[in-house]
Amino acid sequence: MEAQVLFDTLKGKFGDAVVELQGEGCSPAFVVVAPASVQEIARFLRDDPALSFDSLMCLSGVDYKEKFAVAYHLHSMKHRHAIGMKAFLPRETPSLPTVDDVWPAANFHEREAFDLFGIVFEGSKDLRRILLPEDWEGHPLRKDYKYPDFYHGIKV
Amino acid sequence: MSPDPAHGQPPGPGPPPAAPLAHGSAPSPGLGPEAHVMVGNADLFVNWSRKSSLWYLLFATACCGIELMQAGASRYDMDRFGAVFRATPRQSDLMLVAGTITHKMADRVKRLYDQMPEPKYVISMGSCANTGGPFYKDSYCVVKGVDLLIPVDVYIPGCPPRPEALIDGIMSLQKIIMRKKNFGAKA
Ligand code: SF4
Repeated sequence: MEAQVLFDTLKGKFGDAVVELQGEGCSPAFVVVAPASVQEIARFLRDDPALSFDSLMCLSGVDYKEKFAVAYHLHSMKHRHAIGMKAFLPRETPSLPTVDDVWPAANFHEREAFDLFGIVFEGSKDLRRILLPEDWEGHPLRKDYKYPDFYHGIKV
Repeated sequence: MSPDPAHGQPPGPGPPPAAPLAHGSAPSPGLGPEAHVMVGNADLFVNWSRKSSLWYLLFATACCGIELMQAGASRYDMDRFGAVFRATPRQSDLMLVAGTITHKMADRVKRLYDQMPEPKYVISMGSCANTGGPFYKDSYCVVKGVDLLIPVDVYIPGCPPRPEALIDGIMSLQKIIMRKKNFGAKA
């Protein structure tokens, strides 16, 4: 399915929650959505027979200095098409609803984004650090992260 | 053995200590010559048996581990040196740290080392274990050298070191073991 057609479908269904289509000509182009509606849009993308994005390939956090983003890469095994979805978040309170009940694979990815960027996924089944030790302070992939001097008495 | 101060002393001018069953200084009074030979060469015997069965803890945390597997497999065949891998620290004499050690892993490294029975040795294999290697600058998660955690006997440079280098490291450790004094006055 063409990205523009998909965007129009989403726009028709969700109105203002779907902001714009970016990166046309890129593969895949991505739809910018409002963070609060991520979960409903995700469910629609998975369940609609013409779309059936049954696979969440990747979910990543992005730091744009003045704001954060969460990027979803979706793929449909049935129709063999792909699309990106992106939600921009304010730097002070980076939080949005989880999609781990839509695609269970999202859980590990969300934990990674939480661990390294401090993005909070509301309603997540299990939001813990995944890579760093439980008692680590801060979120190291943030651009303003300051390295600690010591960790458990060992110089960092 | 009866305590005899002469036994702990390194043999003076005479046959080198490396020759097994060589007669050192004069036999002590009251003991037969065989008893003296036994004490004088006990270090040699113990060290020789230790260096010839260096069972190493299989502790591969990153890409250097692949090279370690290669060194243990049939082409390079570290078994020739009596070095075979063990899957538990309780049966190991040597910890071969092959790979990157992160701060999350650091506690586990220390715990595994503490579980090994004495005498124990550590070989740090590859740049990561030596100094942090490619992660030396600008890494929040990698420990800059395993010697910040546990004492290291031999460092092997390389990223990764070839199996020949690893075998050379094991042979260097064997030389270190052969110099050790276990009985009498510590040298
Ligand atoms: S020294 Fe090089 S090969 Fe060895 S673990 Fe580090 S990066 Fe990998």
